[in-house]
Amino acid sequence: MCLAIPGRIEQVFEADGMKMGKVDFAGIRKSVCLEYSPDAVCGDYVLVHVGFAISVIDQEEAARTLAILRTSGELGELDTPGSGGQ
Amino acid sequence: MKFVDEFRDLEIAQSLSSQIKQTATKHWKIMEVCGGQTHTILQYGLPDLLPPTIELLHGPGCPVCVTPLEMINKAIAIATVADVIMCSFGDMLRVPGSEGDLLQARAHGADVRIVYSPLDALALARRNPDKRIVFFAVGFETTAPANAMSVYQAKKLGVENFFLLCSHVTVPPVMVSILQAANNQVQAFLGPGHVCSVMGWSEYEHISRHYQIPIVISGFEPVDLLEGILLCVRQLEAGQTHAENQYARAVSRQGNKVAQDILMEVFDVSDRMWRGLGTIPKSGYKLSHAFRKFDAEREFAVEAISTQESDQCISGQILRGLKKPFHCSAFGKECSPEHPLGATMVSSEGTCATYYKFGKHDLSAVGARQQ
Repeated sequence: MCLAIPGRIEQVFEADGMKMGKVDFAGIRKSVCLEYSPDAVCGDYVLVHVGFAISVIDQEEAARTLAILRTSGELGELDTPGSGGQ
Repeated sequence: MKFVDEFRDLEIAQSLSSQIKQTATKHWKIMEVCGGQTHTILQYGLPDLLPPTIELLHGPGCPVCVTPLEMINKAIAIATVADVIMCSFGDMLRVPGSEGDLLQARAHGADVRIVYSPLDALALARRNPDKRIVFFAVGFETTAPANAMSVYQAKKLGVENFFLLCSHVTVPPVMVSILQAANNQVQAFLGPGHVCSVMGWSEYEHISRHYQIPIVISGFEPVDLLEGILLCVRQLEAGQTHAENQYARAVSRQGNKVAQDILMEVFDVSDRMWRGLGTIPKSGYKLSHAFRKFDAEREFAVEAISTQESDQCISGQILRGLKKPFHCSAFGKECSPEHPLGATMVSSEGTCATYYKFGKHDLSAVGARQQ
């Protein structure tokens, strides 16, 4: 129920006084309410739940998380020789 | 899909798995709060990547599951009023009330529709001024701002034929209720990532401090959950108890202030009845005084309908992490997603429905390692 899907804002427009956007989800485009992401601009990735962008994805933070996870994995294997195949 | 595929990376998952195995020296019980997290955990077989000492308990975070039977009956009663169009998310329409579900009400002539967004229900109201449109509003803090915006817009645009049947619940009070129970088994929580995208995670710092328990706000992909588990295990092994945020790409400490402001304007905090758990004080939202004319329960004076839950169903214990689906004598027999007996089987995100879907029927296969 709390499923939220990341999509890329392709266009920003207004409807009935609300900030809206066309958001691309890997090829599927949908109208999304951007009222809760007032600073979001075209090119941003937003997390969309029931037609609302509830959060702008922090792309640097995502890259940092993945980099740390990849590095800590390598370190983990160095720490324990022979554990790689388990 | 960007920001999804990277967090399903097999090599990272295997690395996290081996780090968890290296770190865990004792038995620990960790509860994931959200139904969506439970679904990922079972779908990707994450328990098989954990050492036998780490047990995952599945929490109460499925709002469809915990919506009281009385509320389902009320929705069905309102849906049968002649000028009503009843709308909700697809999951809600399949939950059986005491006599049938909303889809069956539709088969008998009621106008019942599935919408993707509450704004679609508002658009329906504007297109059908001679009808009364009722949106059956369920969900946690992730969903509440969207539902709040539909009413906020209705007021702003002067739409008078739009109503919410409101059954909103909130996460922190139910976590506290689990922790306060004498037989609590939870030793750490994987916190609700998308709820915290909206609300931030300072509330969880208070719970962690007060109850001396690790809480790791976690995302919904396999790598997110494995990293969340690793962070929990590190805290547990080190005797630490604090709140931390695994899901930093989508969650900030303060959360989404704009959404919180609308939420607080449209809703007041209220006591809520949770199916399987009973009434929990201050555990949900009702429409505030300024928005009460949009309240479907005021507009449609539906009498309280008495309900009877199954004697066999143990969903109350499952929602608290005290039992697993295969401990129930009715699981997969009298009780299935087609004929659910209680809360945890009524929605695809319920723990029992998830176990049923992914074939975790067998006590010897799943339970043996936990004995």
